[in-house]
Amino acid sequence: MKKYDAIVIGAGHNGLTNGAYLAKAGLDVLVVERNAYIGGATVSRELYPDWKYSNCSYVCSLLRPEITRDLELPRHGLQVVPYGGGVTYMENGDHFANYNEHDRQLREISRLSVRDANAYERYEADVMKQTRLIRPFLMRTPPDPTSLKPRDLKELAVLAKAFTEMGETGLADTLRFWTMSIGDYLDEYFETDVLKAHLAGSGIIGTALGVYSPGTAYVLLHHYMGDVDGTVGAWGFARGGMGAVSGALAAAFQGYGGEIRCDANVDQIIVKNGRATGVALKDGTELYADNIVSNLDPKRTFLDIMDAGDLPADVVRKAENFKIRGSSGKLNIALDGLPTFHGMDPKSPLMMGDMHFSDSLERMERAYDDWKDDTWSKDPYLDMLIPSQIDPTMAPPGKHMMTVFVQYAPPKINGRDWTSEDRDAFGKTVIDSIAKYSPDFKDLILHAEVRTPQDIENEVGLTEGNIFMGELTFDQLLFNRPFPGYAQYRGPVKGMYMCSSGSHPGGGVMAAPGANAAREILMDLKLTNTVPGGYADD
Amino acid sequence: MTDYDVIVVGGGHNGLVCSAYLAKSGRKVLVLEANDVPGGAASTREFSPGYSVSGCANWLYQLNPDVVKDLGLRLDYAARDLDTIGLSPDGKHLTISGDVVTSDHLSAKDKAAFGPFQAKMVKFARLLNTAFKRRPPKLVENNIHDRMTLLKLGIDMKLLGKEDMQELLRMALINMYDVMQETFDDELLKSVLALEGVMGSHMGPRSPNTVFGYIYRRLGEVYGFHGPAQVKGGMGVIGTALASAATASGVEVRTGARVASINLKADSAQGVTLTDGTTLTATTVVSNADPKTTFEKLVGFRNIEAGTTRRVSNIRMKGNAAKLHLALDALPDFTGLSGDQLGQRLVIAPSMKYLENAFNHAKYGEFSQAPAMEISIPTVNDPDLAPSGKHVLSATIQFAPYELKAGWNDNKKLFEQICIDVLARYAPDIRSLITVSELLTPADLEAQYNMYGGHWHHGEISLDQIMMMRPFPGATQYATPVDNLYLCGAGAHPGGGVMGLAGRNAAREIIQRGKTA
Repeated sequence: MKKYDAIVIGAGHNGLTNGAYLAKAGLDVLVVERNAYIGGATVSRELYPDWKYSNCSYVCSLLRPEITRDLELPRHGLQVVPYGGGVTYMENGDHFANYNEHDRQLREISRLSVRDANAYERYEADVMKQTRLIRPFLMRTPPDPTSLKPRDLKELAVLAKAFTEMGETGLADTLRFWTMSIGDYLDEYFETDVLKAHLAGSGIIGTALGVYSPGTAYVLLHHYMGDVDGTVGAWGFARGGMGAVSGALAAAFQGYGGEIRCDANVDQIIVKNGRATGVALKDGTELYADNIVSNLDPKRTFLDIMDAGDLPADVVRKAENFKIRGSSGKLNIALDGLPTFHGMDPKSPLMMGDMHFSDSLERMERAYDDWKDDTWSKDPYLDMLIPSQIDPTMAPPGKHMMTVFVQYAPPKINGRDWTSEDRDAFGKTVIDSIAKYSPDFKDLILHAEVRTPQDIENEVGLTEGNIFMGELTFDQLLFNRPFPGYAQYRGPVKGMYMCSSGSHPGGGVMAAPGANAAREILMDLKLTNTVPGGYADD
Repeated sequence: MTDYDVIVVGGGHNGLVCSAYLAKSGRKVLVLEANDVPGGAASTREFSPGYSVSGCANWLYQLNPDVVKDLGLRLDYAARDLDTIGLSPDGKHLTISGDVVTSDHLSAKDKAAFGPFQAKMVKFARLLNTAFKRRPPKLVENNIHDRMTLLKLGIDMKLLGKEDMQELLRMALINMYDVMQETFDDELLKSVLALEGVMGSHMGPRSPNTVFGYIYRRLGEVYGFHGPAQVKGGMGVIGTALASAATASGVEVRTGARVASINLKADSAQGVTLTDGTTLTATTVVSNADPKTTFEKLVGFRNIEAGTTRRVSNIRMKGNAAKLHLALDALPDFTGLSGDQLGQRLVIAPSMKYLENAFNHAKYGEFSQAPAMEISIPTVNDPDLAPSGKHVLSATIQFAPYELKAGWNDNKKLFEQICIDVLARYAPDIRSLITVSELLTPADLEAQYNMYGGHWHHGEISLDQIMMMRPFPGATQYATPVDNLYLCGAGAHPGGGVMGLAGRNAAREIIQRGKTA
């Protein structure tokens, strides 16, 4: 009977990263995956012949550069092509153009309000200050503030030092930023509704909160703290779709001798005498290892594949109370050609960026009200991109692939499961919303994949279809993620670890949780650390 | 030579408390109150001849006992430790007395869960009290006092025990909706408690921060109130009692004296000018007015630097609660309530969804189509507030936004009717008993009590506006960017509610600074 050094459950990007660093340290590692394909929510799928859909995550920025370089992901085929800019189409026929080029951007904002153009410089500097504060902590294990262990005290001191360096008012500003709503935050700077709406999207994406819910300003940071080749805040497309990220990670992992087994659906983590010893698959197979690492979200980990009898009661309660709410859906569309939009030059650089159709905070907040009422937004917030303009591998020549992130969509409709009629109506709502601004859009549609939170849960295994594996609110961040007392990647059972986005620093294709968890495991095994430290570029 | 050592602008309860402490320290203190009676929002309002209600706050529930003792306050209560009764249209009410909840239809699980839940919240409120009875500590530029506060807070946190400490870190940030779903089954119980988390704020049960709002109100239990207390003669009696205590300490209280401006010389406060043109000078000016009124209207934005102006403008303080006052020919008949129950705190918040929907309107500048209410019929316990045999009803209504999109002038009567309709669902005969009715919108409350936005907390109590962020970064510890100008109102730490701590803490800070100067 073969016994691995470690089994990682789930071949998402964090599971593969975790496996890669363990294998790099010389461990015999197996990654088991429920689906027939790897990647989890980081995939390129051919669901319509000759089209590739990044049908979950769709753009790349957060992936830690330390990991990209250390695992030599470019050598394994990862190429991130930056894109820039974006546009918000307005109901009055105008549009707000968010150019990537600074001077052009300020000219555009000045067109709406000179006051806002001046404020924008202040806004950018202030948000960058918050971004710079958080970045060095992405690749560190959060300290336990209730512990008196030397390592925790040292890490707390590092955290405290970074915060006190902000200065008295700077620190107060940081605390405000972490606790206030994105709507209130933007209201402090700007008077133009469409500008606020354009910027506010980053505060609510993937979050079951509205633009005026406290805590959403921090979520904004989660969309600003990445970089493409050192340009902080920039976003790009992974050439070939997001599957290129998991593909490169898998190649790195296998290069270190790691093994991946697909179609291996874990039923249970086997615990014997208070120690995790292996996994039992749904087909009855048992696999054994000294260390079991779960890349599933905290709810699935503790409530589905572990036995309550093997767990302390507080962990079960904390997992039950963990906030992981589905709030978004997705449409992936194959197009016969490039659609045209009212008032938009097809050759404009804006066509290659994010397109939105919500021109006021009120419309966004009302979209959230629908979610609170257990139904999808009738006037949803959309983040729409046509990546095939930049990455020709996504669709055949002359054809295009469109990805539409949709918010809000609840995990259940009025307490019951989504029906296929619901899904069709949801898809129609989204397509109609876009068609209002694009006369030829509907005629160009060759195929559309509509994904509700329920579909995402069923296919990818994200509870409620929550893309971040748990809400990114302050009560679930840092030493509170996934819950207090368990933020250092160690599970409540010996030999059991967590490496998913449900752990610090949270969701997005960042790979930091996977790497951080590997560092802790290697520390427990008294092996040399293979995980790179955070760059000092901040 | 100045006319006074200290001039306090505004004779609200915090201004009076502050003045009394300062006078006790040997300072010559003048309090200037715009209205004809002291007390500010602690007021008794005769809204119709012979009929009086507490004009703003209905009850006393978190007055700090140290303030009571230091000032030698003696208050007559018409009733103490009132129950909260959650009303149900079909008469199946539930009653909360202290840490016990009773109802015919409540599950044993809910009954058992309530006591421990409440105890945990009070435990957290105790920690809050440690922070509230001191000035907010500075985290970077701190001195020995701040470090002592931080140390004390750290120790108190540790003493909570690991489990509760972790629970506090989580709960203080999240919303009442989630915590209620986690803890209880009964919808009425959940929403009655959720209402407490959103009282006086621009938040619904689903808004993060509302558990903090709930804990904030549990300070009452720490201060010896096991439910709201009704002051005999209405809340205005607190104003007069505090004014007498201040006067006894040597304070000069001048009513009917509205301050037009706080005067600066070389960025330092020198005194004030009244609307009648009188100019008075003082070494120190303390403003009991909210920070927006203080800096925008009294100091004037043109006299302070742009950064401060911006921070003051950004304070969120748009009131969202209205007051409904009714004169009644007889005691109304609430379905399922006996006569003596009518003197308790009655709450209309049948479900969290109802509450959330009520809030949704406020987000878009509309009033609730089905508002939530906190009702007091003070004449049950204090018959002198109305002519013999008659009654008054005073209700706090949520949500009614300060800036109503459609304008209050045209819509006030409509909203009043909506409120009465809601009441009639629970007390079917009420319409026939009403002889006089009055609705005070946040705009009215602003005019009446000189509170910007009609916000009774002088600024939203949410996590981004508390402690060292209250009233705004850079003006913490009661001192402001203007030399010799201090804040002592609810806009400063620890915030609103008739507590007296802002006034007391501000006075202590001024006295402390006087020693080191």
